[in-house]
Amino acid sequence: MLIRIVITVLLIVWLLIATRRMRIVPSRGQVANEFILGFIRNNIVIETLGEKDGKRFMAPLMAMFLLILGLNLTGTVPFFNIAGTSVIGTALVLAIVSYVMFIYAGIKKFGIKYFKNALFPAGVPWPLYVIVTPIEFISTFVLRPVTLVLRLLMNMVAGHLLLVLCFSATHFFLLTVLFTDGNLLGLLGIGTFAFGAAFTVFEILVAVLQAYVFTFLAAVYIQLSLAEEH
Amino acid sequence: MLRAFFDVRAEEPPNPLIPADYDIIYSSIIFVALLIVVAIFVVPRMNRALDARAEAIEGGLKKAEEAQAAASAARDEYTAQLAEARAEAARIREQARTDGQAILAELKEQAQAEAARIVANAQTQIEAERSAALVSLRSEVGSLALDLASGVIGESLSDDKKAAAVVDRFLADLEADEKAKAGK
Repeated sequence: MLIRIVITVLLIVWLLIATRRMRIVPSRGQVANEFILGFIRNNIVIETLGEKDGKRFMAPLMAMFLLILGLNLTGTVPFFNIAGTSVIGTALVLAIVSYVMFIYAGIKKFGIKYFKNALFPAGVPWPLYVIVTPIEFISTFVLRPVTLVLRLLMNMVAGHLLLVLCFSATHFFLLTVLFTDGNLLGLLGIGTFAFGAAFTVFEILVAVLQAYVFTFLAAVYIQLSLAEEH
Repeated sequence: MLRAFFDVRAEEPPNPLIPADYDIIYSSIIFVALLIVVAIFVVPRMNRALDARAEAIEGGLKKAEEAQAAASAARDEYTAQLAEARAEAARIREQARTDGQAILAELKEQAQAEAARIVANAQTQIEAERSAALVSLRSEVGSLALDLASGVIGESLSDDKKAAAVVDRFLADLEADEKAKAGK
């Protein structure tokens, strides 16, 4: 819990400093900051939603990305060592936010017809609605948030477990087996440490990737709600 | 140690899928806090910066375009002036040539006139001298001939009237003779 508060404070401080003075001709630091913010803005939000709708949903999506990224990365930071998102709370909250956002976007645009569009897609022969409608209902209104939560959560949990496993095995092999018992089998600890190091790097990749995937899917869901045809 | 390791693993872990109350509450607070910061500060600032940059770039492009247009206009003007200057030069050259020809012709004419004048002068002078010579010759030839004739015939032909008549007749004969010769 402390991790999240620390990370949030850090994020907020960074954001305020980074955007305090944005010049037309950027300094080096500003280029770096703009790279991150610009990536979210252009590659995730505007590319998916377009300029106009993108601006409406910019703030929540950006906050979502930054929060997930920050909390994911804590999994590899010493002394934190657990991803803030590997506890279900954050993922669940963000998934609910995404859920509310894409339903809100649909209703705002089509009114109550949004549900009709979503559940009874046009161009399908009417007897097939018996099959299509439940599928659409489950996939859109049940599975989307659930998959969002589970994908993020399980990635982080698995990453955390892998790291814990590798490093505790290293610890066990090197200290207990090798030094205390004098057993050469303890040299396996070097291998497990190498695995742990590799997975740490991998975890960083996954952290960024999951933040991207989560935010991107949230944007895509909004886009699907706004689209005329489903 | 091994046993302890497995003991830890064997403990019933809390189900990770069931969130604790505090988990949800704090996550929400954190997200809302971040959302507020992003919405109030980050996005507007970033949009402002990006807009300003886009504007600056567009302004720069426009300025460059204007500069280019000005440059090309100046070049056109320069080319036009150059062409004009060339035409002017050609015109002046042509003018000079025709002027030169006119002057030359005039000079030639003047020279010819002068030459003609000189020739005429010379002719009249020659004519005058000739006539003067003719007159003096006439009197001298007359007296000579008379002297000669008086010598020959022994008789003074000093009677002027007679002598003049003889000389005149002789000269007239001479002229007639010459004229007849020239007429032949």
